Amino acid sequence: MEYFIQQLINGITLGGMYALIALGYTMVYGVIQLINFAHGEFFAAGGYVGAIALAYFAGVGYMDSHPVICLTAAFMISMAYCAYLAIGVEKIAYKPLRKESRLAALLSALGMSIFLSNGMMLTQGVYDKVYPSELFQGRFDFGMVTLSYLQIMIVSLTACLLIGLNLLVFRTKIGMAMRATAQDKTMSALVAIGSNRIISLTFAIGAGLAAAAGIMYGLYYGSVRYDIGFVPGIKAFAAAVLGGIGNITGAMIGGLIIGMVEIFGAGYISSEYKDVFAFIILIAVLYFKPNGIMGENIDDTRV
Amino acid sequence: MIQEFKKVWKQYTIGMLWLLGLLWPMLGIHPDGTMTFQTTFTVWTYILAGSFVCLIIYVIKVSGSLKFFADPISRAAGNLKTTSTALPTWTWLAAGLIVALIYPQFAGRYGTDVAISVLLYICLGLGLNVVVGLAGMLDLGYIAFYGVGAYTYAILNTTYGLGFWICLPMSAFFACIAGCIVGYPTLRMRGDYLAIVTLGFGEIIRIILNNWMELTNGPNGILGIKPIGIFLPIFENGFTFEHFWMKKLQLFYYFALGLAIVAAICVYRLNFSRVGRAWESIREDETTAELMGVNTFIYKLLAYAMGAIFAGLAGAFFAARMRFVSPESFTFLESAMVLCMVVLGGMGSIPGIILGVAALIALPEVFREFESYRMLVFGATMVIMMLFRPAGLIPAKRVGTRSEEREG
Repeated sequence: MEYFIQQLINGITLGGMYALIALGYTMVYGVIQLINFAHGEFFAAGGYVGAIALAYFAGVGYMDSHPVICLTAAFMISMAYCAYLAIGVEKIAYKPLRKESRLAALLSALGMSIFLSNGMMLTQGVYDKVYPSELFQGRFDFGMVTLSYLQIMIVSLTACLLIGLNLLVFRTKIGMAMRATAQDKTMSALVAIGSNRIISLTFAIGAGLAAAAGIMYGLYYGSVRYDIGFVPGIKAFAAAVLGGIGNITGAMIGGLIIGMVEIFGAGYISSEYKDVFAFIILIAVLYFKPNGIMGENIDDTRV
Repeated sequence: MIQEFKKVWKQYTIGMLWLLGLLWPMLGIHPDGTMTFQTTFTVWTYILAGSFVCLIIYVIKVSGSLKFFADPISRAAGNLKTTSTALPTWTWLAAGLIVALIYPQFAGRYGTDVAISVLLYICLGLGLNVVVGLAGMLDLGYIAFYGVGAYTYAILNTTYGLGFWICLPMSAFFACIAGCIVGYPTLRMRGDYLAIVTLGFGEIIRIILNNWMELTNGPNGILGIKPIGIFLPIFENGFTFEHFWMKKLQLFYYFALGLAIVAAICVYRLNFSRVGRAWESIREDETTAELMGVNTFIYKLLAYAMGAIFAGLAGAFFAARMRFVSPESFTFLESAMVLCMVVLGGMGSIPGIILGVAALIALPEVFREFESYRMLVFGATMVIMMLFRPAGLIPAKRVGTRSEEREG
């Protein structure tokens, strides 16, 4: 039982990260019906920038005196950087191809993904970039079950971001514009919603969330590498599909499920094949229920 | 010319400043708490200079100032084209074949080695072309079938001692089975879902190869695979067959050449057959194809199986040549590389793919000191090709005219 609860806690932590990445896929898909292959690279870039920022703060010496401020700043910088990256990537690789065939856009996205991950490798080196481990050292012990401060931080921050995103999409004018663009670009253009700006904004928000997940990943596993974007990217995509692509709530739930399945699969079945479980879920969902568990909503919940 | 330049300079400047902002945090902030601008600025200046030259050439070309230079070239190219079409196609094919046949006599060991990998990748590229170029399904797990073929030969050879020529059809068979297994559940999906599911399948196969210790020896790979053996008739003391292990690279080159030629002929014949037309109709519009009586399910599965067979054959050759296989050779990046070759050359175009493979295998060998930039260039190539020339360097010839071409 203790083992089960422990795995549940780990699963929620991991699932939250996947949910954050999956949101980017699902939002972009909702707006322009394109799988953004480079999204995993935004996640990796977020992890890198976070590592660089934290290392810099440690080098200057702020880290010892104001760890919380430094971490907040690292999150801010990393999210801003990835939003900035995503807007540029969208303008270069996707925008000119919006009218072309889907295959062209998909190949362009794939090329961009390879380009970005190798660009990171060239600028940052092939070795792991280590995260400072002294942050959030403490933990609660409940018998066999441990709950580290880091896990609490990750889960609560994820929850904050998810709630913030929900508020943004469903409660503000910008969110309304996003939903309108997702439903019908021509109509929303007629009521003076600039679809280009909305698409850029969607990319920026998605990449920002992925960047936050990247820092969490770095803190949780202790290091980042240039190629970490690949596998979590596919798993998050599986999460987005599981929840019903284009559906924000679905992506959150899907992310949690994928995280749980991975952790429980690794714990109870086989840790060598832990990456396989997410793929099997992806294939099974697409085969049996291609619309995902939340279904493909055509009403206003779709972004 | 100034007019054209005015149109692009703003975008160019914004793009370059964006790049500077992107590069600096990656290159300029150091863990010891210092910030430098020198490296970033140097790298950025190189990129700036390179892209500025490209921009100037582009602007001159668009403005038409290049006419005095470009017109004679295009005229010469046109002349060359008319002379080339005046001669029958078989002369060019024969010339190409002769060059390919005598190539290893002039190239050294290293040159032959590179040529062998070019030939194997041609076979892979042609196989992927069946799936992506003809049937229009993006397959990102293609290299897994290559892996299945290679492991089939490796396991059958090291465990059961079977020879290469028995294993070759078996490699193709097992790869075909794997293709059908992957294909069957995925065929109901549309383009982008299909891409990611095949990617997932490719990873699953790689993970299985990596973890099934009893069968595949895991990440250590399989060592001691025998090369290709042939029986040669010996006429001393009567008539006997003697078995030779082909350890000589040149002989192997000829077998790889044979494989590539067989693959090219098969794909060519498929392309212009009834099956090829069915694939083309599926690629252009699946619903319409089904309406016209094309059994889309069977034909899509067939495309998968055909693609996988070519990959399996190439895989068996790969295992026989390297005499060692490990899961490391069958990662996603390999799939992306083969895809990049197909995209660069032109989807659906056989000469295009041969050119694409030759460019992407041979050029990195020439520019060896820029080895680490290889994948970066591959990624950029894919994006640039899609932006500026989506049909590839040598666009595929289509049967008949299309409605959209007639209108335009």
